[in-house]
Order: sequence, then C-alpha cells, then structure tokens
Amino acid sequence: MSRMSWGTLGRTLLGRLGGMLAVLSLVSVLVFLLTRLAAGDPMAMLLGDQASLADIELARERYGLDQPLLAQFVLWLGEVLKGNLGQSIFLQTPVTQVLLDRAEPTAWLAIFSVSLAMLIGVPCGIASAVWRGRWIDQCVSTLAMLGASMPSFWMGLLVIQLLAVGAGWFPVSGYGEPGAGWLTRLHHLLLPALVLGTLNSALIIRFTRASMLDILGEDYIRTARSKGLTESTVVLKHALRNALVPILTVLGLTLALMIGGAVVTETVFNLPGLGNLVVRAVLRRDYPVIQGALLVIAGIYVIINFTIDVLYVFVDPRVRHG
Amino acid sequence: MAEWRLVLKTLFARRVVLIALVLLALMLLMAAISQWVLPHDPMAMKVSQRLRAPNWSHWSGTDELGRDITSRIFYGARYSLAIGAGTALLAAFFGTLLGLLAGFFKRLDAPLMRCVDAMMAFPDILLGIALVSILGASPTNVVLALTIVYTPRVARVVRASTLVIRELPYVEAARAVGVSTTRLLGVHILPNLMSPILVQLSFIFAYALLAEAGLSFLGVGVGAEIPTWGTMVAASTQYADRAFWTLFFPGMAIVLTALSLQILGDGVRDLLDPRLKGTQ
Repeated sequence: MSRMSWGTLGRTLLGRLGGMLAVLSLVSVLVFLLTRLAAGDPMAMLLGDQASLADIELARERYGLDQPLLAQFVLWLGEVLKGNLGQSIFLQTPVTQVLLDRAEPTAWLAIFSVSLAMLIGVPCGIASAVWRGRWIDQCVSTLAMLGASMPSFWMGLLVIQLLAVGAGWFPVSGYGEPGAGWLTRLHHLLLPALVLGTLNSALIIRFTRASMLDILGEDYIRTARSKGLTESTVVLKHALRNALVPILTVLGLTLALMIGGAVVTETVFNLPGLGNLVVRAVLRRDYPVIQGALLVIAGIYVIINFTIDVLYVFVDPRVRHG
Repeated sequence: MAEWRLVLKTLFARRVVLIALVLLALMLLMAAISQWVLPHDPMAMKVSQRLRAPNWSHWSGTDELGRDITSRIFYGARYSLAIGAGTALLAAFFGTLLGLLAGFFKRLDAPLMRCVDAMMAFPDILLGIALVSILGASPTNVVLALTIVYTPRVARVVRASTLVIRELPYVEAARAVGVSTTRLLGVHILPNLMSPILVQLSFIFAYALLAEAGLSFLGVGVGAEIPTWGTMVAASTQYADRAFWTLFFPGMAIVLTALSLQILGDGVRDLLDPRLKGTQ
C-alpha cells in the first residue's frame, strides 16, 4: 500500500471514529433526558413515605438535583466516565456491579443465538439464491417471513409448553442453582437460544440471499463458469467469499436485535440476565438501573457497529479508496 | 389509471400476496363490524364456563374468566390494529419529514442522521418499555412510544431515496426553471418516495403489532383491562399448561396479521426492485 492510501485510510478511520463519538454522546444525552423526564421525584422514591419535604430538599441538594439540567448532565457524565453509574434504589448496590452480575447469561445467550442464526441463515440464504424462484426458495422465503412475524415471547411460551412442560426435555425456566456447573447452565440456555436464534435467522437469510444474488450476476462469476469450474466451486469458493462481506453488517444488526430480543426472551425463561434486569427495574421504577442498562446496551451496539465499519474498511478496498 | 392496473396485476402475480391482502381485509372488516356479528359478548364473564376447550359454541375455547376467546380476538383486533396502523402512519409522517430534510439539505444531513443513529442504538423493545414507563401505560402512549421508536427507521430509508432522487436530471431541470424549494420537495420529490414509504408502512405496522404484544406481555403496554392480542397472550401464561388454547389462538392472530403485512410489504418491494424478486 502506498503512502497516499495510508493517508486516506487514516482519514476514513478518523471520520468513522468521530461519527461514533458523536453518536455515543447523543446516546448519553438521550439516556439522561429519558430518565429525567420520568414521572415522579426519584428522591421521594428513594427516601420513602416517611421523609419530610425538608429531607427531600436536602437529598436533592446532595445529589445535585437542585442545579440546572445542564449542570446535572455534566455532573452525571463525569461520574459515568469514571465508571460510576450510581446506586440501584431497589438493590442498594452500585449499578455497575448489578450489570456485571447479570452480564454472563445475556452474553452466552447472545453468542449461542447469533451462532445458531448464522448456521441457519447463511446456508438457507445461499440455497434460495442459487435455486432462485424454485420451491426451495419459496419455502425458505416463507419460513423467514414467518420467523419475522412471530412474537418471540409467544414462541418461547409455545416451546416451553411443548418441549419443557410436555416432553420434559428441558428445564422450564431459570439458570440453575447458584453455582451450578456449566452443563446445567447450558441446558438452561438451549431453549432460549433456540427461540432467539431461529427467529433472528430471518434477517440473515434475507441479507445472504440478496447479497448472493448480487454477486452471482457479476462478470467474474460468468468467467469462472466458462472456465469449466463446477457449480459448487463457483458458488462456494468464488461467490460466497465476496457475498460474506455485506453479511458482516447484518451480523452487527443481529447482535443488536439479540439484545432487544433478550429483554423479552429472558423474561419468558426467567433467565437472570440484563434484559430481565431492565424489565424488573422498569416495573420497580429503579431509574439508576434503567439508566445504566440503557447506556451500556446502546453503547455496546454503537461500538459493535463501529468495529464492523472499521473491518469493512479493511475487507473491502472500495470503501478504503472511495 | 392503466399504470395502476399494471401495478396491481404484477403485485398479485404472486398468489400469496393476494391471500395476504384478503386476510388483512377480513381482519379489518371483522374489527369494524365485530360489535354486531360476534357470537358472544367479548367482556361477559361466565365463571361456570371458565377455561373450556374449543367446542362448537366456543370455537377457540374460553379464558380464565369464561369469556369467549374468538369474540375477544375479533374485539381485540380493533385495539391491536389501531395501535399498529396509528404507529405506522405517524412514524411514516415524521420519518418522511426528517428523511426529506436530511436528504435534501446537505447542512442538515449529518446532525439529523447522527440523531437517528443514536435513537437506533436502542433495541426497539427496550426503548419502547423505557418510553411507556415514563409516559404511563395506555393505548395512546403505546402509539406515541412506538412512533418515537420507528420514526428513525423511516427517516433513514427516505433519506437514502431522497439522496438518489435529488441528483436526477428532472430535479435539476425543475430547479433550473426556478421551482421553489417547497414545491420541489412536495410536488417533484415526494411522489417518487411513495413506494419506499408504502413498504415501510406495512413493515412498521407489523413491527408495531409485535411490539405492542411484547410490551403488554412485559406489563408495560396498554393496560391489562384492554383486550388486545398482546394482553390476551400475556394473561394466558398462567393457564397455558392447562389451557393451551388461551395461549395459542390470540398468538395466531398476531402471527397471521404480521405475516400478511410483511408479505404485502415484500410484494410491493419486489415490484420496485426486481433484483430481490422471489419469483421470476
């Protein structure tokens, strides 16, 4: 690579980084405003019914709630950047600690379901692009659309009834006893991952299919065919390699969908993950936890997307030079 | 007129699109006339009839209070469909406005789109529950919250199309003869955006339907006393092991409606972009 293109590369990456930082700051403003707009005085909630107005006033002063909104935001952001997300009103522990405690099940759930979604989505997408318009394409397309039309909690409840309550192959809910072995944990994760993974494969199928169809129409594919290469070599070696690049993008999107889907799925299966935590926090109006969880989840999404953007720059020379 | 006939003919070349449309029309009709044709009063509780399996009198069985589930599905359709349609229309309106502005005025593009990116960093359902918990649980607030959730999505699509259309020779020609900016946007650009907006409308209708069900299931939706498909499924969870039908039928209503909407949206998209077309 010449010096010239290293310069362009650096500029592109800097631009992406700036964009990401701008989005992250906007995300933090949104999270801050969301919880500040919430009905009810958090101090009254924190101190309980017994607190006098003077007590509340004092507490407001202590937490800086008597200051202008902008000053409050700066104060809050300063603490966040130091890694302090505040104290959970309900659990009386630091929010960072609560989030860390709940991260493990969600992380495993996301990893398993994304893998399953890719395992289903990529082959199905390739098949329906290769046999475009045939019965296999019709079936895959219909199934993909069905997956996108099914509420995840409903499918979760159905498989619980069929495979856990009915057949008894899986535990109905939870994450095993505290300190249970990894095998028990895995057993508890399989059904939720099955639900999230199958439902989210729809997007991957659609993207893979479109991307494959694009590539299969290219000149170099015709060249490969006319050289006498077998169809499977053309599809799996020549086309798939390039078709996988746009699928990178959808991987980021799917991960985000997983986190959103986890909110519902974890509640259905009563998994003690981040999604479950947020739902409980919302029902208890535990605003520091809601704030912290929203910030972390949205932050992860932005960072994943940024990483994929950067990978794109390296993988696809057109982005690098364009 | 002839153009429209051609559009419809192509759209219905895939039979499944026609079936989806018929299903949707039936659902809308039932929601509209349900108060006159329902076999049972959707709100009437009969404790002696509680949790009855599907039979000739109650096609989908009865729920935990002895209410007829078929009647409640059709009665609930008006809430579920109204929430879905309301969200889709509002999100399409605001999203088109934002997308047009961002796509047309270069100076507005970056700030608006960064805001859109920030909004889209929150998973749908998560932003939904946060907003509803702030606004309070009611059908109007669910529509409001979901509109905020889905507006950025429309904005992104409309912006992308506007960027392309803006550079077309006919727009340049219109600008050259001195057409005002408002007229350029409203009369020359907006009509060409109608098809992507239509696709988004049907998809967001489906997503909103699913999101409403999810919110109601999580207990931050329209409120348990209003019979939407979501609240019906949510209420069934305690009885699902004994009375599978209380879970199954309301959920099927959601799946079939959302599926029809997506098939319709897909049909329209195929029409616009033959490259993605399912059948040849």
